[in-house]
Amino acid sequence: MTTAGDLIADGRLQSNVWTSTERALSGLAYGTAAGLVLALVAGLSRLGEGLIDGPVQIKRGIPSLALIPLLILWFGIGESMKVITIALGAFVPVYIHTHNGLRTIDSRYVELAETLGLSRPRFLLHIVLPGALPGFLLGMRFAVTAAWLALAVVEQVNATSGIGYMMGLARTYGQTDIIIVGLVVYGLLGLLSDGLVRLVERKVLSWRRTLAG
Amino acid sequence: MATHAGGLTVTAPEAGVAVRIEGLVRAFGGRKVLDGLDLSLRAGEFVAMLGRSGSGKSTVLRALAGVDHDAGGEGVLSAPDHVSVVFQDARLLPWKRVLANVALGLTGGDAEERARTALAEVGLAGREDAWPVELSGGEQQRVSLARSLVREPELLLADEPFGALDALTRTRMHALLARLYERYRPAVLLVTHDVDEAIALADRVVVLDGGRIAADLAVEVPSPRRPAGAEYAALRERLLARLGVDALTEREGDLPESRYAPHD
Ligand SMILES: Nc1ncnc2c1ncn2[C@@H]1O[C@H](COP(=O)(O)OP(=O)(O)O)[C@@H](O)[C@H]1O
Ligand SMILES: [Mg+2]
Repeated sequence: MTTAGDLIADGRLQSNVWTSTERALSGLAYGTAAGLVLALVAGLSRLGEGLIDGPVQIKRGIPSLALIPLLILWFGIGESMKVITIALGAFVPVYIHTHNGLRTIDSRYVELAETLGLSRPRFLLHIVLPGALPGFLLGMRFAVTAAWLALAVVEQVNATSGIGYMMGLARTYGQTDIIIVGLVVYGLLGLLSDGLVRLVERKVLSWRRTLAG
Repeated sequence: MATHAGGLTVTAPEAGVAVRIEGLVRAFGGRKVLDGLDLSLRAGEFVAMLGRSGSGKSTVLRALAGVDHDAGGEGVLSAPDHVSVVFQDARLLPWKRVLANVALGLTGGDAEERARTALAEVGLAGREDAWPVELSGGEQQRVSLARSLVREPELLLADEPFGALDALTRTRMHALLARLYERYRPAVLLVTHDVDEAIALADRVVVLDGGRIAADLAVEVPSPRRPAGAEYAALRERLLARLGVDALTEREGDLPESRYAPHD
């Protein structure tokens, strides 16, 4: 407790937490955007499906963290390598679950759209996208977890700021208590972000409220 | 209207006619479900279609609605431009509130107002902002009726719309449908497995069997059509006989297997 107090008092904890959060958020943002866009293209067109789904399924087989050596060679050890690693980790679950949501739209609703004479844009807007939303949000929850995991790993590689850097430094000097503070902060950030996604989920999917009880 | 599968000649119906089907053949994987079916409905006519499970009733409706892309066959088919379908499940979009479900796909500035009026007509004024999951089965089916009728269809296709409802709710829905029919006057093709429902609502009852219309009987029972009186009982008996059930065995709840053989 006193260690945490000291770290806050000299501002080290805040600045490191902020750096880490920024990394995680930008990686998450890029990964989510890419996963969403590619899932939409693959899910809504045959051509997109053929071009995108195969490579993504292959990528899915490779753990994102195993790509770190390659990413270091390509992008160096700076910020961009870190953000890209996190983005790759977040991208996969968003893509998989959104794509799955798009492909498993209930055929009864497709038939309904046909009998109502809905135009294709309206069909996408009123039926396909809302139908795929639960899948997307589920993917987001996995993506958030993946982002923190990737963050923890890349910050050990070579960082000059962030929670991982703070913990690495503490290891060198044998400061177990600072390491523990770092772990607790990781835990809190993970819980907080998962809670946020759940909150959004509950708001956006309020039509399911009564089913979930 | 939706596009039809190959093999059908689709024409616009002539004046005063809502449906004209001639020599309709529908087959799945080489097995003919409909085999030269002829059926016509006048504009504004209410026809009920009976038939055993699997006799092809839904296949007829799907052909008329233009959603039978997986069927092959031939025939001549005329249906109006404005066709509405009521499914057995109410088929409301769970992520849209009741009013938005009724207004789905409507265009024009007064779309919401029309949807509101239709909801009031089915007795659901005040429930506009409810989620479908918050409604009972009967209420959901009323929303679905509102969604169908707000489009002012010339032809309403209903596929066992009350089949999933309890007896009491079903009776109420009969009264509602009769009222809406008087108000909008579409031609109606109502598929049902309930002989009493058919007699209560329709001007004409047809029986589908062996891929064709096996019986076509006008309902000449004086209104209100209560299940009492000689005309009612006679018509009911004839229809049940056509379905391979006679009144006596039905009462005993025992349906002999041999009677399920096709009639011709
Ligand atoms: N899409 C389909 N693919 C294959 N067989 C079908 C399909 N639709 C209907 N059938 C078959 O056609 C027959 C008639 O089905 P249906 O029209 O649904 O009967 P009903 O509505 O009278 O109970 C059934 O034997 C059913 O298995
Ligand atoms: Mg059926």
